[in-house]
Amino acid sequence: MNLIEYVQEKQLKKDVTPFNVGDTVKVHVIIKEGDKERIQIFRGDVIAKKGGGAGETFIVRKISFGVGVERVFPLHSKMIRKIEVIRRGKVKRAKLYYLRNLKGKATRLKEAR
Amino acid sequence: MIEGIIGKKIGMTQNFNDSGIAIPVTVIQAGPCVVIQKKTEKIDGYSVLQLGLANDNSTRKAIKTEIGHFKKSGISPVKVLKEFHFSDKEEINPGDQFFADIFKKGERVHIVGTSKGKGFAGVIKRWGFHGGRKTHGSMFHRHAGSTGCSADPSRVMKGKKMPGQMGNNRVTVKNLTVIEADKEKNLLVVKGAVPGANGGYLLIKKADFLAQSSGKSKKE
Repeated sequence: MNLIEYVQEKQLKKDVTPFNVGDTVKVHVIIKEGDKERIQIFRGDVIAKKGGGAGETFIVRKISFGVGVERVFPLHSKMIRKIEVIRRGKVKRAKLYYLRNLKGKATRLKEAR
Repeated sequence: MIEGIIGKKIGMTQNFNDSGIAIPVTVIQAGPCVVIQKKTEKIDGYSVLQLGLANDNSTRKAIKTEIGHFKKSGISPVKVLKEFHFSDKEEINPGDQFFADIFKKGERVHIVGTSKGKGFAGVIKRWGFHGGRKTHGSMFHRHAGSTGCSADPSRVMKGKKMPGQMGNNRVTVKNLTVIEADKEKNLLVVKGAVPGANGGYLLIKKADFLAQSSGKSKKE
């Protein structure tokens, strides 16, 4: 094991819920307001996973009031309290950037069986 | 207590802080460093410790004069030798070793290294000049422009920013925070970037060595 991996290993979460690109997920994010902490849920489709080790991130896309919103989450950050998989999607690509150019019904993803 | 030790840059990665924010960090192989020679006021005119980076897998053979020097202290030859100040409160002898744990988490360090060489660079890259237009018959693209006045003083002022060698200099980065000091693997993790390429040698010094060694440290 090289030394960079050795340093990263302490940063990794041991119990990450497995999910894939195309899945619909609920991401529980910790929001800090002054001293108070609360949990906000961001629900959407995972359109990409990037990187490896402690630096791994994933992008979740949702349509909010008719506007497309994408958020990049660091997978191993403490800010991500929990990831819930709601629906497994069947996709043929690792990056679903094409969804950005589609509207309405066309953005639906098939469910994996 | 010693001012600092010799290290080797391993590379960069990221760590999460307590609130889950990713911060950029550099991983350094810091030590073990072995004391080769103790220079004293009486013999050498100044008092320092000469350290060598041990366990350094260098294939370079030591030259004869160096072998003699190492023989004196009875230590197998190492590639990098550097001198560090120390506070002579405790007894330190040749052969003693220093590890990454001389630094504490949260401590500030200065890091000295040799920056990556950029070769002979023009003024745009070296000094950030803006350059001229590329089109519309400009004929002035990446030049330096005028270098000064005319008949008076009829010379170019000293220090005028001109093309030349860029990088491959000794560079000091001050006040980097120690994120982690691992004695087991002798790793030092500091916040931010340090000069030079991966595998380059570094000097890691305590930022408040003078205050600490004279016992005036604010923290204690």
